[in-house]
Amino acid sequence: MIARTARFSVSAAILALAACGGPGGEGAADGSALSGSVEVDGSSTVFPITEAVAEEFQRMHPGTRVTVGVSGTGGGFKRFCAGETDISDASRPIKDSEAGDCRRNGIETTELRVAWDGLSVVANPANDFADCLTVDELKRIWEPGSQVNNWSQIRQGFPDRQLILYGPGTDSGTFDYFTEAIVGEEDASRPDYTPSEDDNVLVQGVEGDPGSLGYFGFAYYEQNVERLKLLGVDGGSGCVRPSVETIESGEYAPLSRPLFIYVSDRGLAKPQVQAFVEFYLQEGAPLVREVGYIALRPDQYEAERAKIAGAGAAAPDTAAGTGPGQAGPDTTGGE
Amino acid sequence: MTIDPTSRPVNVDPDGPSRDPDGGRGVATAAGQARVVAGAPHEPGPRLTGAGRALKERAIGALLSLAGAVSILTTVGIVVVLVWESVGFFRHVPVRDFLTGTVWTPLFQPQHFGVLPLLVGSVLIAVIASLIAVPLGLGAAIYLSEYSPRRVRAVLKPILEILAGIPTVVYGYFALTFVTPVLRHVIPGLGIFNALSAGIVVGIMILPLIASLSEDAMAAVPRELRQGAYALGSTRFEVATRVVTPAALSGIVASFILAVSRAIGETMAVVLAAGMTPQLTFDPRESVQTMTAYIVQVSLGDTPFGSIEYQSIFAVGLLLFMVTLVMNIFGRGFLNRYREVYA
Amino acid sequence: MSDASERLLSTPPDLVRRRRWGRAFELVCLGTTVVGVVFLAIMLVDILIDGAGWLTGTFFTESPSRIPSRAGIKPALAGTLWLMGLVALIAFPLGVAAAVYLEEYAARNWIQSVIQTNIANLAGVPSIVYGILGLAVFVRWMFALTGGRSVLSGALTISLLVLPVIIIAGQEAIRAVPGSIREASYGLGATRWQTVRHHVLPNALPGIMTGTILALSRAIGETAPLIMMGALTFIAFVPEGPRDAFTVLPIQIFNWASRPQDEFRNLAAAAIIVLLVLLLSMNAVAIWMRNKYRKEW
Repeated sequence: MIARTARFSVSAAILALAACGGPGGEGAADGSALSGSVEVDGSSTVFPITEAVAEEFQRMHPGTRVTVGVSGTGGGFKRFCAGETDISDASRPIKDSEAGDCRRNGIETTELRVAWDGLSVVANPANDFADCLTVDELKRIWEPGSQVNNWSQIRQGFPDRQLILYGPGTDSGTFDYFTEAIVGEEDASRPDYTPSEDDNVLVQGVEGDPGSLGYFGFAYYEQNVERLKLLGVDGGSGCVRPSVETIESGEYAPLSRPLFIYVSDRGLAKPQVQAFVEFYLQEGAPLVREVGYIALRPDQYEAERAKIAGAGAAAPDTAAGTGPGQAGPDTTGGE
Repeated sequence: MTIDPTSRPVNVDPDGPSRDPDGGRGVATAAGQARVVAGAPHEPGPRLTGAGRALKERAIGALLSLAGAVSILTTVGIVVVLVWESVGFFRHVPVRDFLTGTVWTPLFQPQHFGVLPLLVGSVLIAVIASLIAVPLGLGAAIYLSEYSPRRVRAVLKPILEILAGIPTVVYGYFALTFVTPVLRHVIPGLGIFNALSAGIVVGIMILPLIASLSEDAMAAVPRELRQGAYALGSTRFEVATRVVTPAALSGIVASFILAVSRAIGETMAVVLAAGMTPQLTFDPRESVQTMTAYIVQVSLGDTPFGSIEYQSIFAVGLLLFMVTLVMNIFGRGFLNRYREVYA
Repeated sequence: MSDASERLLSTPPDLVRRRRWGRAFELVCLGTTVVGVVFLAIMLVDILIDGAGWLTGTFFTESPSRIPSRAGIKPALAGTLWLMGLVALIAFPLGVAAAVYLEEYAARNWIQSVIQTNIANLAGVPSIVYGILGLAVFVRWMFALTGGRSVLSGALTISLLVLPVIIIAGQEAIRAVPGSIREASYGLGATRWQTVRHHVLPNALPGIMTGTILALSRAIGETAPLIMMGALTFIAFVPEGPRDAFTVLPIQIFNWASRPQDEFRNLAAAAIIVLLVLLLSMNAVAIWMRNKYRKEW
């Protein structure tokens, strides 16, 4: 009675949803339409770029499904080397130990640079006394065992105000990079700050506390300019603020760094993954800029694309329609 | 002996077919019930012999008992999963260090695994929540039970039920976007992530629980007790506070305990509003991390399978499970006590 | 004497004082009850203000985007409906079967009371513990069957979560069916299963359905267990099968609420409105069903 009607309507609803879920399924009958899944996970710093690329890619190829996770650079690599993902976002190069894990599982990887980032040190907008911090000062603040809890301890002349710290969590490539560049040893950091793999949380934190200090990728500053105060970093040759010019030229040191994606050979064997990566490198530059990072030069992107040129396997229905003006090297070799 | 479900029994129904056969008052008589039995919706089934029928019955019974066993399996599953991984954890971290340590930095070097900051974080939120929910909930229960006219009650009770049904994400959103900004105007030095606003919101969330359980307890107090007190000249206030509340006390206490247990198990509102800093503090203006928020934090980052950070989820989960289990058992013990007395 | 009769007719002064305390107390209690109502009203109004303007048509047909004006809840809404459908399919028969077993079949011995206590305990376990269980069992251990981080794993976990509620509601509904109906049936020679199938269950069904719908309305708002199972990713497609990846409305809300930009906060509020509408409709259906099929025994 009621149960039967209920169960019927539930099944009907599911079927209706499945019908409007999207055209085609795995292995499209129509040879030119791409379909299938692309699994991406990793750095929250790179996430905004990958998210934008995934969004645009899926608009062009509605049959594909791209999922993008934010487990952090380290977490992403763990899944990647276990074969769970096709692409890994990374805000630092792969470690030797991680590369070893991948090799042990029979996974060959290709490293691709996709953008430049200037790790930004930010404070609350109400902070009117600090414009620049030296690397030494940053090190004293962030090293393990640091007892610096007040701005007045950082530099003579800073007011007596409680220092509240925000930063990425330990799974984050940004964390690895910052600790290496500033403290001098990877993963060496004081633990008593608010950690989050989600950079949005950090933005909110810094925005909320007058005595706050935090660090994260440049894009997260760019997207929240009115909420944050950008501090310059003095690496020994004067105060440099991160900007498109200073990051691209490398003048913003030591916190300029490349952002990567890593693709596995297994992933590249899938035509939709190959297409996605090519799309990323080909169409990614404006998206990189839109998101707030610094794009590579066109010839640099070409060089990266060359790396995956011969890497894809000869899949039977390799879609030729992977992007506008596909003039670059093709995958099958039988073009 | 076979049963033909389509046949009408001939020897009942002395009242004749004049009554309404499908329920209502007609069912109150034996004849009416026999009519319900005979006329109930069914389809003519296959005629089975006695032996076949008995086998089918036994099979159905066994199938149903499997369903009953699922709940046991669930509990066994929870316990096994939690204990299994925790054993691995406690091989590296001595239980005493875990339970008494005051620094929790499993994700940093050097690693410390003292769970007290998390435990205190959960307790702090629960305490703030209780400070709000207990007086408000009890007051609401007293009003609904002793004072309110029927019509007001019919409006207020559903509203409280709606309050209870709102998902915790919504409360978290509200805490972050409304409560925290408002509080920051009032309290200087309040961080953007703080225990106070999470505690307030969790308090409102558990308020309906206290109100409805306490009200049930008060409703169970026999009318004679009240009437005796009124007969002796008490006012409604005195009856409510000196007769009904003490009589319903075990039910009221039960509602407190169960509500606090719920507050400790609360996750999303805390994750959104209270922050992720595991520090051992009793200051509600600070950002804290609860046991539940830590578990979520680690799963967001998908730590490697088998590492000690992964195992720490299970150790904390085990602690959480045991704390809430003990509280629930106590709470239900109190509930049973008042039910026994007045049932 | 007039003096005595005056004393009889006028209210003694201490009673006046006691009554005044009583009225004050009554007002205090009314106030406490109203606080909850006021809080609810403020919360709903705030959410409406934040989100109502964003409930456009594209909100329902688009997927999440980095550009707020383009963002929508289609995958999240689809995921929620998928999840609810699967949970109903899994938990309802299982819960009803268990309730029938406990009320009609099980002997009233210590095993039965252990199961009862166990179910009551399970109802109070924090939802995140179910998430841990689901992660270990459905995502990892049963990977081959469920496809890992899929709707199916999520549905199985949430089913376990709401099962105690359905069982308890089912038991109460079955208990409310008068014993005389059963006895009449047995008296006519029916077997236990026939009695249950043709007489007890049909009469208990409205109560069971009400309980199930209320359990589902609790499930619809569950977030933490699903986060643990990896539903927190950027998903821009609708699940097409139980083994697909998914996301649900509460997680989308959490995602958007975590972003600092105001537009995303508004999007979160709009999604909350959708979620609350779904919730209220389910509750309304449950209440309507309870009232319509209420039987006077």
